Amino acid sequence: MEVRWQFLWVLIGASIVTLIPRVLPFIVLSRIRLPDWGLRWLNHVPIAVMSALIAQELLVTDGSFSPSPEGMIAALPAFAVAYKTRSLLATVVTGVVAMMLARYALAVLP
Amino acid sequence: MSGKRWSLERPVNGGENFLQGVKDCLPTVLGYLSIGFAAGVVEKTAGMSIAEIILMSAVLYAGSAQFIFAAMLAAGNPAISIIFTIFFVNLRHLLMSAAIAPYFRHLPVWKNVLLGSQLTDETFGVAIAQLSEKVKGSGKWMFGLNLTAYLNWVLANVAGAVFGQWITSPEKLGLDFALSAMFIGLFTMQWLARSKVGADLIVAASAVAASVIGAVFVSESVGVFIAIIIAASIGVWVEKWK
Repeated sequence: MEVRWQFLWVLIGASIVTLIPRVLPFIVLSRIRLPDWGLRWLNHVPIAVMSALIAQELLVTDGSFSPSPEGMIAALPAFAVAYKTRSLLATVVTGVVAMMLARYALAVLP
Repeated sequence: MSGKRWSLERPVNGGENFLQGVKDCLPTVLGYLSIGFAAGVVEKTAGMSIAEIILMSAVLYAGSAQFIFAAMLAAGNPAISIIFTIFFVNLRHLLMSAAIAPYFRHLPVWKNVLLGSQLTDETFGVAIAQLSEKVKGSGKWMFGLNLTAYLNWVLANVAGAVFGQWITSPEKLGLDFALSAMFIGLFTMQWLARSKVGADLIVAASAVAASVIGAVFVSESVGVFIAIIIAASIGVWVEKWK
């Protein structure tokens, strides 16, 4: 159960550079009010974040463009269930089961 | 339409307390449990002790950064290049934090710092879907959401380090897709809650293209950061010309 000094220093450094981007906007924006265009810009951030993350999960592997067939297949029912139920839990369960079935099908099929 | 937002029941009046935040976090638990478990396995394999793994997941508290940290440390990279890489990996939080922060202006600075320090992709996704119809966010609700995600993450890391050797192929069960499915769910709920279907689709398509191009030519984390900046700017531009 020991903690190495070298590890501890790197961890402290990494944690500080992680904390700053997380906290800085909370400190600054609680004091100053953003101009209207800034708020309109930030309004698009959520859709942009989620799309960018989904794209990298499904389309990128080890820094190269390689869409995963089973990922694309599993994503369809996940999107459908999300649209229909608006339930995060149902979407996750559907995605996991669909992935399991897609892998199985792609492994069994010739 | 608010009644059907989430699968979990929401009190009719004033359901913005700590406990509701905990409940609203529950659907994301599975996704982060599997990725946290995987992180624990990787960290253990990289030669980290259980104490180090607990410390890392509790203090650094960032999925992709922990994978990179473990891999770079095991490969003997110098401290400065590990820290520099992690800075870029987590820079996307700057934009998410800026999008969430305006909803909590009414709180004192120390509470803002506390809420910001626990920001992740998933708490951001859940929170922004909840906040986008409001002017003010509830600090207690956000803290309930954050704390649940935080404890789940630390426990998942430890579980991965302790039990990792027994679970040989979680992919067979499709568990590695839990995170992708969670992002899909968060995206769809965001998209449906807004009344900007067209503009949002253009933003989404630009973000997909930019993040893939960024990932291929620079790196995955820089790709996400660039994609957010480009896609949000396109969104402002599209709305102007409508």
